[in-house]
Amino acid sequence: MEQALEARDLVKRYGDVLALDSVSLAVAAGERVALVGESGSGKTTLLRSFNRMVEPEAGEVLIDGAPVASRDPVVVRRSIGYVQQEGGLLPHWSVLRNASLVPWLRGSAEAEEQAVRALGLVGLPAEEFGSRWPRELSGGQRQRVALARALASEPRVILLDEPFGALDAISRAELRRAFAELVRALSVTVLLVTHDIEEAFMLADRVAVMKDGHIEQVAQPDALRSSPDTPYVRDLLEKAGAR
Amino acid sequence: MLGPAVCALSALLVPLPSVPGVAHLHVSGAVAQTAPRDPVVVGTKNFGESYLLGEMFAQLLEARGYDVVRRPGLGASELVFQALRTRSIDVYPEYTGTGLLAILGRAPPEDATAAYREVADAFRAEWDLRWLPPLGFQNTFAITVRAETADSLGLETISDLAAVAPQLVAGFTPDFIGRADGLLGLRETYGLDPGRTRSLMQAVKYRAIAEGEVDFIDGYSTDGFIARYDLTVLRDDMGFFPPYDAAPVVTGELERERPDVVAVLTELSGRFDEGLMRTLNQRVEVDGEPLESVAADALRIIGLVERGEAGGMEGRGSRAGRPSSEGSLLAYLWNRRAETFRLTGRHLWLVLLSLSAGIAVAVPLGLGLERARRSAETTIRAMGLLQTIPSIALLAFMIPFLGIGVAPAVVALFLYSLFPIVRNTYTGVRDADAAAVEAARALGMTDTQLLAHVRLPLAAPVIMAGVRTAAVITVGTATLAAFIGAGGLGDPIVAGLALSDTRLVLSGAIPAAVLALLVDAALALVERGVAPKGLGDPAS
Repeated sequence: MEQALEARDLVKRYGDVLALDSVSLAVAAGERVALVGESGSGKTTLLRSFNRMVEPEAGEVLIDGAPVASRDPVVVRRSIGYVQQEGGLLPHWSVLRNASLVPWLRGSAEAEEQAVRALGLVGLPAEEFGSRWPRELSGGQRQRVALARALASEPRVILLDEPFGALDAISRAELRRAFAELVRALSVTVLLVTHDIEEAFMLADRVAVMKDGHIEQVAQPDALRSSPDTPYVRDLLEKAGAR
Repeated sequence: MLGPAVCALSALLVPLPSVPGVAHLHVSGAVAQTAPRDPVVVGTKNFGESYLLGEMFAQLLEARGYDVVRRPGLGASELVFQALRTRSIDVYPEYTGTGLLAILGRAPPEDATAAYREVADAFRAEWDLRWLPPLGFQNTFAITVRAETADSLGLETISDLAAVAPQLVAGFTPDFIGRADGLLGLRETYGLDPGRTRSLMQAVKYRAIAEGEVDFIDGYSTDGFIARYDLTVLRDDMGFFPPYDAAPVVTGELERERPDVVAVLTELSGRFDEGLMRTLNQRVEVDGEPLESVAADALRIIGLVERGEAGGMEGRGSRAGRPSSEGSLLAYLWNRRAETFRLTGRHLWLVLLSLSAGIAVAVPLGLGLERARRSAETTIRAMGLLQTIPSIALLAFMIPFLGIGVAPAVVALFLYSLFPIVRNTYTGVRDADAAAVEAARALGMTDTQLLAHVRLPLAAPVIMAGVRTAAVITVGTATLAAFIGAGGLGDPIVAGLALSDTRLVLSGAIPAAVLALLVDAALALVERGVAPKGLGDPAS
């Protein structure tokens, strides 16, 4: 199967901290992979290497088999959806304008139509929500807009960094379910960072457990549950009540 | 030597320029040398006596049928001299000692005639300027005591004082104490050694001696306060202080092309003495009499103008509404409304000019610093240092480079406006909603797009707050521009301070305060206008 995303032996340091210690990972087209681990394990650094928000010191990042290092980072980013924990909606832009950001950046003639479509996908009809300001929405609705913004130009890959982390339990459960249906329907490639193992198991085809800048184990949820490779993975799953 | 150097310095540090009503006639580009019908432009320094002499020059010329433009209160010696040298004015009153020390940088000879000859020759040779014959009085440094002290101790000369000085307390300006041509020189020449020396500022010196806090002080020989507080000037029997004969100084062009004008000014020569000048100064500076009427009286006293001939200002539009010292403050302000309106317009113009230049430089600079954060704090701190330079000092620094008038004032105001705008631009852009900036970048905005669509709009209210601060500072500081001849609401303020005329001060200070509030309110509206809508109403 073609690899949509591939990291080869990535190394990244922040001062004395080794955030990525020769990490390799491949995500197939249409596959959904979750990166789990404690904070500081390197999962966000790895995620952000794919849209060149982080530049590794060594190793190589490939998208659709082509190295990204030689491509214009702005062009790379416009081709990849991205959602972060605190949505990061532009507070001075309306919901519709926020959702149309990427199509607009890509010079699409029908940026607005794409945004309207994306808002419909995430359950926020544009005619009702399009002209609102982000501050007039609930936290869950804001994350839906962020998701619509990431999907509006129909990217083949989206990167998500704790997208549901800041939400209350009910909103989180709702949004997860909606998200799971949506990505299945769109067959988009997903790389998701979360510290919530249950969430990873629910949303991902495969889960990569990270610790101290390296990947302890990558496996499908069932395989991870039945045969953890290392004591750390076992402990982590036990603590999360996932075994 | 001290002399006018101090005079000049204190003039720099204590702005006293400009005179009620007369201060505001402006020189129209071309000056009076060619056509005989052109007005004669009279300049003065920014202290009472200089105003008075200039006003007398002007009234005498008017009485003889000439048109006059008054340009009073042109800062210190250096300023008014530059104005004459560049032919912005035709005449101003100067002192021989000042000409030698402050302008030529030479030590004056002890002999007054020799000093006059030397300064007149040098001015003619170097700048084609003419010293007309001296007016007849000196305004030199003087050591004064209370009249009762002089009587009881039998003091007439500084030598007499030196004999008893160890039992007495001296009150000297800090300058006078520290300089070789001040107390140090007196000690060397006269053996003068006060029992105790107190350092006093100009403003409190006379009160201190009148109330017996100190026994003798340094001052100027024609100070109005000498008459006011019944002080005795001790004779400089060893000729320690240089001569400071007052005389009109004119341009060579005026002498060649309008000898009739020069002849009128020469009528004043030898007509004054120190006693007369002291009394006149007292009337202006201590009693607060209107300058014009004192000048008119003086011309009558010295016999140059008949009653009714001078002081013909009643017929002149700008003087007609000249307020008397009676009536309420409101009536006074109302009477001055046309003048206030004109001054406010000029003030606003100075502010707008310097503020727009400030914005044009400071906003890009603040944005640049945000890109180079390592050097940002240092740069901003250095600019903050600029803010701590006293306004008067900054204005004075400008003079050698930019001369007098609008240019140095605008540059100084511009420099003051930079700091608040740079600081707010930098912090506003730096602190703009980090998550939004991060997300927009991760979705493919270029740095320029981030700046134009995210950072600047989000920082706009903070930047505008900086602009508001700068605007209020500039409106306030611009009142000091009067001191270097740039005009504005500072004119009546500094003139009022020089002449102890509170209402004149208020006629500039109140409109300046109102202007500051209005500018602030107007910019508050702009601030709300530029605030991104989605952020909510900042006022709510």
